[in-house]
Amino acid sequence: MRPLLLNIAAVVVVLGLASAFPWLKIPLILSLCYGLAALGIVVLLKAGQISFGHAMYACISGYAVAFLGRQFPSADGVLLVVAGTLASVIAGMLIGAFVVRYREIFFGMLNLAISMVLFTILGKFYSVTGGTDGLRINRPTLFGAQLSRDPFEIVLLVLVLAISLVAIWGVQRYFLSSGGQALAAIKTNETRLEYLGVSAKKVLWKGYVLSASLCGLSGALFGLSQGLVTPEMGYWLRSGEFVFIAILGGAGHAVGAFVGALIYEFLKMYAAALVSGSWQMVLGAILIVIIYFLPKGITGLINRRKRLGGGAV
Amino acid sequence: MSRDIFILALLDGMSYAGLLFLVALGLTFIFGVVRILNVAHGSLYAFGGYGAASLGLWLGQGFESAFASVALLVSGAIAVGVVLGTLLMLLLKQFQDRDPILQLLVTFGAFMIFEDLQRMIWGTQPYFVADVVNQMGTSELLGVVYMNYQLLFVPGAALLVYFLLKWFLNSTLAGRQIIAVTHDREVATALGINARRIAYLTFVVGAVLGALGGALASPTTSLVPGIGADMIVLSFAVVASAGLGQITGALITALLIGLSRSFCVYLAPEFEVVMPYLIMVLVLLARPQGLFTVVQARKI
Repeated sequence: MRPLLLNIAAVVVVLGLASAFPWLKIPLILSLCYGLAALGIVVLLKAGQISFGHAMYACISGYAVAFLGRQFPSADGVLLVVAGTLASVIAGMLIGAFVVRYREIFFGMLNLAISMVLFTILGKFYSVTGGTDGLRINRPTLFGAQLSRDPFEIVLLVLVLAISLVAIWGVQRYFLSSGGQALAAIKTNETRLEYLGVSAKKVLWKGYVLSASLCGLSGALFGLSQGLVTPEMGYWLRSGEFVFIAILGGAGHAVGAFVGALIYEFLKMYAAALVSGSWQMVLGAILIVIIYFLPKGITGLINRRKRLGGGAV
Repeated sequence: MSRDIFILALLDGMSYAGLLFLVALGLTFIFGVVRILNVAHGSLYAFGGYGAASLGLWLGQGFESAFASVALLVSGAIAVGVVLGTLLMLLLKQFQDRDPILQLLVTFGAFMIFEDLQRMIWGTQPYFVADVVNQMGTSELLGVVYMNYQLLFVPGAALLVYFLLKWFLNSTLAGRQIIAVTHDREVATALGINARRIAYLTFVVGAVLGALGGALASPTTSLVPGIGADMIVLSFAVVASAGLGQITGALITALLIGLSRSFCVYLAPEFEVVMPYLIMVLVLLARPQGLFTVVQARKI
């Protein structure tokens, strides 16, 4: 009963904010997109791995949406999102098959290197990818209806919100499943996991593909809401932002990624407004402070209170 | 490919490899002892470059000797390296026993702060101070006219640093203590080595090396925001391909990456920026622990 109530509360709050302050729609969509991507990072954090290259999946999916939108102008937006996500799932399967052999710093750096290869290729081949200017995505139909800008954003927000809730539920289920438990065991003790007869590589590969698909989903929705994809979407600093958000939210619960993303987006907005030109500095300082005081992120705080309260909830 | 272009590419590559080696050396040296992959190392490179350029602008005017310009470059790098290295070390000390991933993220946070700090101090206009290049003049090699600064000075400085560091590590007390701490911190501490002091020393030396790379790059590249971010991934590529903590490996890999990149500039310019990463991916696929690392047993 409680999760249902929380879900309804989240929907009411987000949609209420969006209808009360129409300018909030885009920031809300963007932060939910960031949340989806950060959720992908959280899946990897569960295994104790960190990737400084996952923005590439958002980028792959965004470009897939742009290319397909160009080839088939009549394709529905939902279809484009599915196709974009599929593209990054396939990419995740292939790249994942290589990178799951590595751990920790090598894992992070290899992802970083592959994402940089993609980033530079996208920037260099102007005739195909539009170079650093990127590609425009014309506003497609959503669920068969051709919408003007405002209703389009409302429908998109509802869509992103629904996807996010499903993603939280799904990832949380995954964490509790045997596959998710084995994933967490990679962090605690991989050798013992293998002694149990479980292939750590296979477990991590599944987690990796899941995280790539979440980042891809985020990239496709991000591209649709912006109407533009650029190579910047895949730059390593963007991957760093995803990691930042995941740490901010904490790996304790899937919902953390979204809470982190909302806080991040609004911090960024206010920092940019208050100290224009040095928002990055503010964020950097916040990141350090959070790691110092809340190494498990915001959800770590909730879990701690739960434990202190004797496990009620 | 004509002979002239071949020689040009070769010389460009050597000079570029020299810079890359200095920065990567700092990174790998710090990792060896402190076990932290320092993302803020890119900022050290950028600050070293800006610091040396500013010093040249303030004090270097009117000097005509190349020696004075070089002294300014080096002293700028040392000042930047010592100050920023100490700051970073003080910061990281607060996170000593945390998860390595969190330590890495702390340096990422520091990197974000430095990036804006750099923009506040030096603005977004490109900086370019090339007096020293002109002072050193040019020389002709097999029919190709080339700047002495890039032909002799940068690779020479890189080699000098390499041999100095080797000598320092193998023949001085502090150097041998560094090796001992790298090998096994606990045992080294038990033998009476002040591991904290050694860690600080290493960190500052590594930071100075990063800043030196920036300082030596400043006369031949224009300094703009974002160079730190680009350099850090490049030096990661060198360090990861060589194997973490490998000094000689870093030299060879930097040369490999520098040469392949400069040949790419002349042969297939589209792939120029991709080359270092491509090499890194290929190396890691073939040898997961890097080219020069000896495989270690996994601890249970």
